[in-house]
Amino acid sequence: MSLFSQIAFIALLCSLSLTRALYFHIGETEKKCFIEEIPDETMVIGKYRTQLWDKQTAAFLPSTPGLGMHVEVKDPDTKVVLSRQYGAEGRFTFTSHTPGEHQICLHSNSSKMALFTGGKLRVHLDIQVGEHTNNYPEIAAKDKLTELQLRVRQLLDQVEQIQKEQNYQRYREERFRMTSESTNQRVLWWSITQTVILLITGIWQMRHLKSFFEAKKLV
Amino acid sequence: MYGANMGVLLQVLWAQLLMGWARGSELTFELPDNAKQCFYEEITIGTKCTLEFQVVTGGHYDVDCRLEDPEGNVLYKEMKKQYDSFTFTAARNGSYKFCFSNEFSTFTHKTVYFDFQVGEDPPLFPNENRVTALTQMESACVSIHEGLKSVIDYQTHFRLGEAQGRSRAEDLNTRVAFWSIGEAVILLIVSIGQVVLLRSFFSDRKTTTTRVGS
Repeated sequence: MSLFSQIAFIALLCSLSLTRALYFHIGETEKKCFIEEIPDETMVIGKYRTQLWDKQTAAFLPSTPGLGMHVEVKDPDTKVVLSRQYGAEGRFTFTSHTPGEHQICLHSNSSKMALFTGGKLRVHLDIQVGEHTNNYPEIAAKDKLTELQLRVRQLLDQVEQIQKEQNYQRYREERFRMTSESTNQRVLWWSITQTVILLITGIWQMRHLKSFFEAKKLV
Repeated sequence: MYGANMGVLLQVLWAQLLMGWARGSELTFELPDNAKQCFYEEITIGTKCTLEFQVVTGGHYDVDCRLEDPEGNVLYKEMKKQYDSFTFTAARNGSYKFCFSNEFSTFTHKTVYFDFQVGEDPPLFPNENRVTALTQMESACVSIHEGLKSVIDYQTHFRLGEAQGRSRAEDLNTRVAFWSIGEAVILLIVSIGQVVLLRSFFSDRKTTTTRVGS
């Protein structure tokens, strides 16, 4: 194999292999959601691998064809950005266009599980955001960078991410300030309104009772 | 020159694939009331790991956390914590389990952020057989990289704290709105009710006066 095809092959394997990652268990109809609060124009790459529980061997099977996971990603305005079915092992990616809380939901779509297994599924998951999505050896190979140039590129990416996050921070601080000012206004108006209502009802009560007693000839 | 670079890169890529590179998982998930969520991680012996978690929204912003090793020994257990960080070195190979529990809460669901770092970050070029030490430029780059990593970490914690503050402020805002309307309604009902009740005491029913007399 030529050098380049070797590199390409390894890079492909690196991007797909999820030999060791965080994993959790999910029931058959359960939907697991993860929240990523990210600035805009940020890339998110998620990789998952599922394993099915086998009752006979009381262990997780290494890989099962026919399993599928449905991945749904919603943006901060609850608009669906990505909604796709993937196989037992998959890789999904999206780029945020609005800053805020994006919700990544996973749920299994195979119904045959419950019949045979007792409905337990192990999901290995790895979500990388922003500059963590960059694969530096690949970039070095593609752009033919020296070691120092690669290091500087990594620093530049980090600084860019920090800048984006700071920008997002400014936008959120504005929202926070608007909420606080709205609360302040509401409290102010409510205090005035309450005082006015109290006075009016007090006056009305006295006048009504006075005319009532006068009618009853008690006063 | 070109061939040497390619050779180095090839080494790097194979090393990455075969060694099982160090990694960190950072997730924010929702924990419903009375629920428990567990995560597992395969760790090799001798790896230094750090678990950090913070409750972002919900209730009193606290959660129970528990970290167990493959034998089931509890390495870390804290009840109702808002934020904590725990570093440990893996004493054995296997699957480590950490769980977050909201079982003490009856109706508030919580959003929890956690960051589980396994091992150190891989170097950009795993040059185990480096002939020379890092040049000044390279070591400057390394220290800048470490500094920027800690900046990003601070930013994350700041973002979480700000999300918490913002969620509390929005809660307060809705509560103030509902309470104002509710109190206005109660005021009107009470004042009209008082008048109606007082009027009923002086109604023309003779039964009340006779009872008072005897």
